[in-house]
This record gives sequence, structure tokens and C-alpha cells, in this order.
Amino acid sequence: MPAAGVVMIIAVVLIVAAIVVYLVGTIVALRKITTSLDDAIGAVGEILQKTEPVADVVADINANLDAGVDLLEGLLVKKAGLTDAVGLIDGLYPGAAAAGLRKFPKSTLIKAPRIAEVYTRGTLTLARLGREAPIAAASPNGPALRNPAYGSSAARTLYPDGRAVHAKALPRSPVIGTNSPVQYDPDEEVGGPRRRMPATSSERS
Amino acid sequence: MTLEWIGDVLLIVVILPVVVYLLFGVFTAANGIVPSVERIARAARAGSADLDAVPLLLTTQDQVAKTIQAAANYGGSLDVILDDAEGA
Repeated sequence: MPAAGVVMIIAVVLIVAAIVVYLVGTIVALRKITTSLDDAIGAVGEILQKTEPVADVVADINANLDAGVDLLEGLLVKKAGLTDAVGLIDGLYPGAAAAGLRKFPKSTLIKAPRIAEVYTRGTLTLARLGREAPIAAASPNGPALRNPAYGSSAARTLYPDGRAVHAKALPRSPVIGTNSPVQYDPDEEVGGPRRRMPATSSERS
Repeated sequence: MTLEWIGDVLLIVVILPVVVYLLFGVFTAANGIVPSVERIARAARAGSADLDAVPLLLTTQDQVAKTIQAAANYGGSLDVILDDAEGA
């Protein structure tokens, strides 16, 4: 056999060997890809299966919550009136009145009365306790939770000589409205201390 | 004879490097896909595991319905107890 033929055979063998080596490597890599894709497809199938009922359930939850919001908004407006309702909401969550009530589009046009200056501080404190609810987490003032370790009652224990817990007669919460016996005058009281209401005869005794 | 030698040189100098270059490119590309696909598979498995809590939504749904029902009951009582606002 001529030398040129031998060299050609060697060259062809080299080419075939290279093809075999790289194609085998490629086949192995493609098999890994196929296996991983099978895993991924299986997991995606599980995801689809698990998320299938989510839309219906969330829609039902939202429908219930919408009904609850409508109920509470309606009750608040019915009992307090639209203006005072907006004022109460703004007193509890400053700035929230701008969003208004969902079922009462006119509520966005109402200038919120400063309920915090009409109701006693204790009334608002009681109402603010509701800010422990998760819905209050979005309050502009942040979540204000009760802190029993720093409550005012704890401070009173520092006075063992019998410091009065509270006055014998406290003024009642003022009656508000245009027909209230004591008319509130913002020009007189804004920035100053609250005017104390006279105690009734039953409270004095 | 000379033509055979020319063919051998072409085979070794041109054809063989081109074949090796092309095959190496295919092999590198296939190997480059493997880690990406494995990451996708891991992410899909993790996503599927994260969704194991989805059935708890049914409990949430039930609790929300009960809570709204309780609120409606309280609201009805309050509606009876409290006077309506003037003009309401």
C-alpha cells in the first residue's frame, strides 16, 4: 500500500474518532438535559395542579371581604352619618379620609371634621385599640399596638402612698351635633387645653 | 500520487480541524445548557414545595366567611341597639 493511502486512512480514522468523542459527549449532555427537563415539567405540572383552585378561593374570599367592608361602611354611615363617619376614620387613620368610602363616592368630597377634638381622648384610645387588627398595619402612623409594660396604670404603682387613680367625677363625653347643649367652637379651643365640661349631679355624688 | 498527498494534507490540515471545531462548539453548547436546565428543575421543585400551603386557603376561606357572618350578626344587633344618625 502506498504511503499516501496509509496517511489518508490515519486521517480518516482521526476524524471519525473526533466525531465519536464529541458526539458521545453531546449525547450525554443532552440526556442530562432531558432528565432535568422531565423533572422541571413534572414540578411545573404540580404547580399548575396546586394553583388550579386558588383563583376561585381567592375570588370567594375577596367577595366575602367586600361584603364585610360594605356592611361595616354602611353601618358606620347609617349610625354616625356620612360626615362624622369620615371624620372618625380620619381621626383614627390620619389621611385615610382622602380615599373615602367605597360605597359612598361623595365621601371623598367631604372635609373630614376633626373628630379627635370633639370626642374625648379615651374614646379615640378605645377606638385605636382596633389598630391591632392586621388591616391597620397600613396606617400612616404605623402599627400602634398596646404596650402593657408601659401603660399608665403601671406608672401609678410607683406611688405607694395612695395616689388617686382617677378623679371622683369625670366629665362625660360631649354630645356632638348642631343641637348639642354645648357647642364646640374650633376657634376657641384649637391649640389650647380642652374645656372641661361641668360634671352632672349624679357624677358628683 | 501527488494528488493523493495533496488530498491527505487537505484532510489533515483543513477537514480535521473544521470537524473538531464544529463538534467542540456543539459539545460546549450542550454542556452549557445542562446547569441552566438543572437550575430550572430545582426552581420548579422549590416552587411546587412552596405551594404545599395552598390548601390552607380553604381554611382561610372558611374562616373569612365565618368572620363576616359574625360581623354581620354584630352589625345587625348594633343596628337595632343604636339610633340612626339624623337624616340617615
